[in-house]
Amino acid sequence: MNETADKSNDNPEKEIVIVIRKMHKWYGQFHVLKDINLNVERGEKIVICGPSGSGKSTLIRCINRLEEHQDGEIIVDGTELTNDLKNVELVRREVGMVFQHFNLFPHLTVLDNCTLAPIWVRKEPREEAEATAMEYLERVKIPDQANKFPGQLSGGQQQRVAIARSLCMKPRVMLFDEPTSALDPEMIKEVLDVMIELANVGMTMLCVTHEMGFAKTVADRVIFMDEGEIIEQNKPHDFFDSPQHDRTKLFLSQILNH
Amino acid sequence: MEQAAYKPGEHPDLPPPSDTVGPIAWVRANLLSSPTNIVLTVLSIWFLYEIIPATLDWAFLDAAFTGESRDECRAKAGGACWAFIGERFNLFTYGFYPADERWRIDLAFVLLCVALLPVLWDRCPLRKYGLYFACAFPFVAGWLLLGGFGLTPVDTDEFGGFMLTLVIGITGITFSLPIGIILALGRQSDMLIVRVFSIWFIEFFRGVPLITLLFVASTMLNYFLPTGTTFDLLLRVLIMVTLFASAYMAEVIRGGLQALPRGQYEAADSMGLKYWTSMRLIILPQALKISIPGIVNTFIGLYKDTTLVIIIGLLDPLGVGRSSLADTKWTGLSNEMYLFVAIFFFISCFGMSRYSLYLEKKLATGHER
Ligand SMILES: Nc1ncnc2c1ncn2[C@@H]1O[C@H](COP(=O)(O)OP(=O)(O)OP(=O)(O)O)[C@@H](O)[C@H]1O
Ligand SMILES: [Mg+2]
Repeated sequence: MNETADKSNDNPEKEIVIVIRKMHKWYGQFHVLKDINLNVERGEKIVICGPSGSGKSTLIRCINRLEEHQDGEIIVDGTELTNDLKNVELVRREVGMVFQHFNLFPHLTVLDNCTLAPIWVRKEPREEAEATAMEYLERVKIPDQANKFPGQLSGGQQQRVAIARSLCMKPRVMLFDEPTSALDPEMIKEVLDVMIELANVGMTMLCVTHEMGFAKTVADRVIFMDEGEIIEQNKPHDFFDSPQHDRTKLFLSQILNH
Repeated sequence: MEQAAYKPGEHPDLPPPSDTVGPIAWVRANLLSSPTNIVLTVLSIWFLYEIIPATLDWAFLDAAFTGESRDECRAKAGGACWAFIGERFNLFTYGFYPADERWRIDLAFVLLCVALLPVLWDRCPLRKYGLYFACAFPFVAGWLLLGGFGLTPVDTDEFGGFMLTLVIGITGITFSLPIGIILALGRQSDMLIVRVFSIWFIEFFRGVPLITLLFVASTMLNYFLPTGTTFDLLLRVLIMVTLFASAYMAEVIRGGLQALPRGQYEAADSMGLKYWTSMRLIILPQALKISIPGIVNTFIGLYKDTTLVIIIGLLDPLGVGRSSLADTKWTGLSNEMYLFVAIFFFISCFGMSRYSLYLEKKLATGHER
């Protein structure tokens, strides 16, 4: 994480990590993503919001090819996502993902959850992988749970393990799909704190979330999607204070006047 | 009414009221909790009272343990004639395996136990080497039983009895699990050909009675094979039994695969794990764990189905028993024979069933979400 931090955000020559160009996706006949164009710079923090069913999850799942797009191109860190499995594996090594329902492996201990991919994908020796895992577990403040099974942890703890597990692969990009929506209110903060800390050390993050407070404090850019299109994107300040589009205004009024 | 209360935070741990623990409380809670329960308890006691003494009498107190024939038994006692089983014990165990070579079966059985230990017990000392041995065991056992390479060859016609049951049962169990796993994964594959093949394979073998397959193995294959080729009957039976059980196994495991949340597959994919790695480390351990009851169920079914080979003339314990009953010295002792065979099967199957419970408990890792 430190090496990414050195590439400071003030660098004028911004490096582009993710390029999405004229990307379309269909589920059968259903046109779920329409003409998506998006460039993500290294270290940029993007929050994606929009009504339910607007295609937010589908969009970020296309970035690590959990979903396949049918038209246009997605290039992650110089690798284009095609049917070539080699490319897909290459991209997945560099892109970590955190899910709404954590998706920890219940039959493995927390530590084994964290070391599995480093050992089997990055071929790290076990001791090294365990050392790294403990480091990240400390960072998410649960090193004492390392030998428990996920089923024995609270939701907030599980989600922090899931974040640590992704970080153990030393990814260049982190994707979050509503990481706090399955959590009880008192646990949301502990997860958001970890995410904020991650943002502060310069991780490139794409985050689908309804936590507008998080968007305001952390995001460099907020993207609003509706019906498969990117309707509007702006700096959080402008996005929340002077939305341009009617649909954005409607959406904001609905979630803010709750 | 206010009793001497404790200050908040100072309440000690008290023992539970004495009428809620102990044997009397247990009887009251489990046997006499309601009128229906009382009736059931009384009926059960009456039933046991009727059954147990009579059975004990027949099987032990009034039984004859020695004798040369049924008539001798009957002269001694009115109950069971275990002398029959005693005289035929070797036949039941070894079939017609040559008497001088039976030590090979004994040795194979001992080695089987040695091989099973590290497979079934994960804290067995030197487990790694034990597992290597377990992998080598089928070849060692094959060599011991069939002979060759320095041992007198024994024809598979001479296999029989419990030894035959174990040969078929263990071969079927050992091979049906991996084949079933492959078929279950194949059925979910993205590759059309693999998927179609798996589906047809499974549906064919599930859709046909085992007896039919055994008949096919014993007679019809001769038509398909080039004339002059000999293809051991036992081997054909082993193949059929294994494929039959594999089809069931595949469906049981598919159930386990489908019970896994999609998130598990997605998490594995998103980390960049290769297909076989994620199957081996993430998907299968969980799917197999869920499927343990079904898998053991299939094992037990297969094990008991081995008795069907009697139909195509192989002498499993029931076959041995029936041919023994045909001996005029021992006619009419079918109760003893069937009870004896039943006990053998019950011990094996009950053992498998208990082991599966133990395994389920051991693999539980806290409440799953
Ligand atoms: N596997 C699928 N097959 C068919 N349609 C799908 C599939 N997955 C999602 N959809 C549809 O695609 C649309 C977009 O789904 P997506 O999950 O991306 O929405 P979302 O913006 O993440 O919504 P939410 O806020 O509820 O998570 C929805 O209308 C959904 O019904
Ligand atoms: Mg979603």
